[in-house]
Amino acid sequence: MQTLISPFVSHSLRLAPPLPRNSLLNNYHQASPIRLSSHFSTTSLRLFNSGAAAAASRDSEMTTEDGKDPRIAKIASSIRVIPDFPKPGIMFQDITTLLLDTEAFKDTIALFVERYQGRGISVVAGVEARGFIFGPPIALAIGAKFVPMRKPKKLPGKVISEEYSLEYGTDKMEMHVGAVEPGERAIIIDDLIATGGTLAAAIRLLERVGVKIVECACVIELPELKGKEKLGDAPLFVLVSSA
Amino acid sequence: MSETENEVKDPRIQGIKTKIRVVPDFPKKGIMFQDITTLLLDPKAFKDTIDLFVERYRDMNISVVAGIEARGFMFGPPIALAIGAKFVPLRKPKKLPGEIIFEEYELEYGSDRLEMQVGAVDSGDRALVVDDLIATGGTLCAAMNLLERAGAKVVECACVIELPELKGRERLEGKSLCVLVEYR
Repeated sequence: MQTLISPFVSHSLRLAPPLPRNSLLNNYHQASPIRLSSHFSTTSLRLFNSGAAAAASRDSEMTTEDGKDPRIAKIASSIRVIPDFPKPGIMFQDITTLLLDTEAFKDTIALFVERYQGRGISVVAGVEARGFIFGPPIALAIGAKFVPMRKPKKLPGKVISEEYSLEYGTDKMEMHVGAVEPGERAIIIDDLIATGGTLAAAIRLLERVGVKIVECACVIELPELKGKEKLGDAPLFVLVSSA
Repeated sequence: MSETENEVKDPRIQGIKTKIRVVPDFPKKGIMFQDITTLLLDPKAFKDTIDLFVERYRDMNISVVAGIEARGFMFGPPIALAIGAKFVPLRKPKKLPGEIIFEEYELEYGSDRLEMQVGAVDSGDRALVVDDLIATGGTLCAAMNLLERAGAKVVECACVIELPELKGRERLEGKSLCVLVEYR
């Protein structure tokens, strides 16, 4: 991990020395008391919830504010930020460390399940590939079907596809014909919303076949990228905001 | 746990089998593709699939469920959550951030790589490898090698479907394999 840190960052950080053969989780917990400068992205807490309007803290300390579910702090702290991946300048939000923390992963799913159960949602659509990790457990718990939204040529049989923009060029997202029916109520899951392009494509695919999008749900939002604005009428729910 | 070995057939297996869609000539002519997406569209059948694995593994002290990208991501996490294990994604090249180890494996034409993050597992871990299907066993072998190189003990491989004619089971070098459905 340390080899990826740029020179600027090393002035502001006291980094723990590399630990031999420790689990990722132990490495991360070793690093968590580090105070980060405000220029450096920190995973701060903002719970988007109808009612709870918690302000994000730019400080690295996890503030516990009224109305914030106590499970969120542990979830946020289990996410590892990797600088300059996949390319320089990008602060990558790595959820694999969350998946290694059985409590945090369980709580993540529980928070979504508590929000979506009993609301007549029959479809959980998950965006390839990290949406495949969070979507199925939610679908199973709320009794909905799981529909994978995939990169081109992965789904066999008849598909419909939707193009969306990348930074350079375009990509396509595909969904099976017949996976969903008009009138069904759906949520769309991905690990993170950045520019919103991928989620917007998923919304378009489902709406083209007459499905109502109840909400888009992500573990993490990068609010500076304003992805929420691309979602049209579809609301967005996230657990953690990384400003 | 494969049908042919079990004395008692679990009634849930037949329901699961009927939900798997076979798509001829995908991704190319001659291949009968086993499509599990139709299984995922049936909440009861999907739940039964997970339950069957969970019932088998919950008392085997499994600390890690490793799922192979991408369809292993759909079955692995629900199993991991139910048995209290961590979930480790095994991915195609360049997807995982941070330090990784990789294992190369053969394709019909050429080769590919499977990657795992350094530090995800260690020598105390007992691991289950999950994928939707075992064909030649190449990918599963690569997965087991990654886990064992990192010091974990691979207890078993679990797949929904086996294509026994491709003899993947024999490639697993003595590691046990549990499948729900065979397609001949």
